[in-house]
Amino acid sequence: MAQSALNPETSKYVLETKDLGIYYGDFRAVTGVNIPIERHKITAIIGPSGCGKSTLLRAFNRMNELSPGTRIEGEIRFEGENLYDPSVDPVEVRYRIGMVFQKPNPFPKSIYENIAWGARIHGFKGKMDELVESCLRQAALWDEVKDKLQQSGLALSGGQQQRLCIARALAVQPEVILMDEPASALDPIATLKIEELMQELKKNYTIVIVTHNMQQAARASDHTAMMMLVEDSKRSGTVIEFDKTNTIFTNPKDKRTEGYVTGRYG
Amino acid sequence: MLRKTFESEIKQVKDDVLMLGSMVEQAVINSVDSLKKRDIKASEKIFEGDMLINKKRFEIENTLMVLIATQQPMAHDLRLLASCMEIISELERMGDYAKGIANINIRMGDTSLLKPLIDVPRMAQIGADMLHRSLTAFVNEDVETAKKIPIEDDEVDALYNQIYRELMTFIIADPKTIERANWLLWVAHNLERFADRVTNICERTVFIATGEMTEIKSTDDEFWKQQHQEK
Repeated sequence: MAQSALNPETSKYVLETKDLGIYYGDFRAVTGVNIPIERHKITAIIGPSGCGKSTLLRAFNRMNELSPGTRIEGEIRFEGENLYDPSVDPVEVRYRIGMVFQKPNPFPKSIYENIAWGARIHGFKGKMDELVESCLRQAALWDEVKDKLQQSGLALSGGQQQRLCIARALAVQPEVILMDEPASALDPIATLKIEELMQELKKNYTIVIVTHNMQQAARASDHTAMMMLVEDSKRSGTVIEFDKTNTIFTNPKDKRTEGYVTGRYG
Repeated sequence: MLRKTFESEIKQVKDDVLMLGSMVEQAVINSVDSLKKRDIKASEKIFEGDMLINKKRFEIENTLMVLIATQQPMAHDLRLLASCMEIISELERMGDYAKGIANINIRMGDTSLLKPLIDVPRMAQIGADMLHRSLTAFVNEDVETAKKIPIEDDEVDALYNQIYRELMTFIIADPKTIERANWLLWVAHNLERFADRVTNICERTVFIATGEMTEIKSTDDEFWKQQHQEK
């Protein structure tokens, strides 16, 4: 691996945004976001539809750049370094900051290959069987699939597919895992499994999760960022309140957060 | 296991309730012991202890609020967390009874006890013991035990009545003893109330385990009912 511009640090915050704005062409989707993402914690981003939650999440691993005309203003610092510095390789960013999507999207390959493939591409030279087992164990999937590793990943249930996608993200040893509505396509039991898994994963990783499901944010996260459209003609989203999840759900400071979490607004 | 984190948080709350209970148990025993020895310093310590009891109660209350808000407890979990809210409030009040007894010892100053304390420490011992076992029943959700403990309240009531009658004879014999008799009557009254509240804890345990919100009858209630029906 080439020398990285992103040096690991041991500061409390893995990611930090400074007056972050995100544009799709001339349209400013997100404006003025200043939030810290604490190491080994789960940070949830909540808010009504269209307020820029997923846009903000995708900015954390430069996924937005895959759509033409996207740019940011302000800064995102990852391990103290500017994530958008020209010297930073977006590909490196995307495996150090992995992502899991709303709809489980395993590769149309075997369970084994779903995990091995990414690792191989990233130049993994160790024992592949061990890596596959370790990732599947971390994703709480090993016991369910250990006897059918050569079967297609697509043959698994929705909840299992999602955990396979999490295992796949782990295979390239990321520091941060971004989750965009990871449980919205799953039934309540599979949802709880993912949430429990997140509690295990945060011991080794930092997690940022976007969720429509307020109860999920309440149950599973340590910090919560409440996003909402700002009241101007440009309809741009921003973080109106950021605090410990316990505080957001028992004693929020902003009236709009109170309205949203009590189901009276938004 | 599904919801392992929530399970461990629930266990922690139960442990905290037990901890609060043992603080209260110790406080009531110490309060009577200090009075018996007329040890003012020890009574002042009960006041300090009571501040810790109140603090602990608020901490647990806050944890319960957060768990209810964030974990959306249902069915048994909901009954448990809601009942813990009740139980810690009972415990905090029981701590106040111990503080009340400490207060009496302090306010008595140089006044000597009207009589050596025999039944009062027995009341405290029975009450503390009932409390201890009621909390064990709570943790184990042991309905059978929870239903039995309140019966022992009759013994505490009997001691209270005995103390009452005894103090009345002192007062009748020598009205100058009114104040000193009154101190002790208050102590006994606090201990009688202390044991009553154990019944409330037991009722919550039955509720947690079965979902039934019933009052566990004591002889007192039966007596009142009889009197009422006769009229």
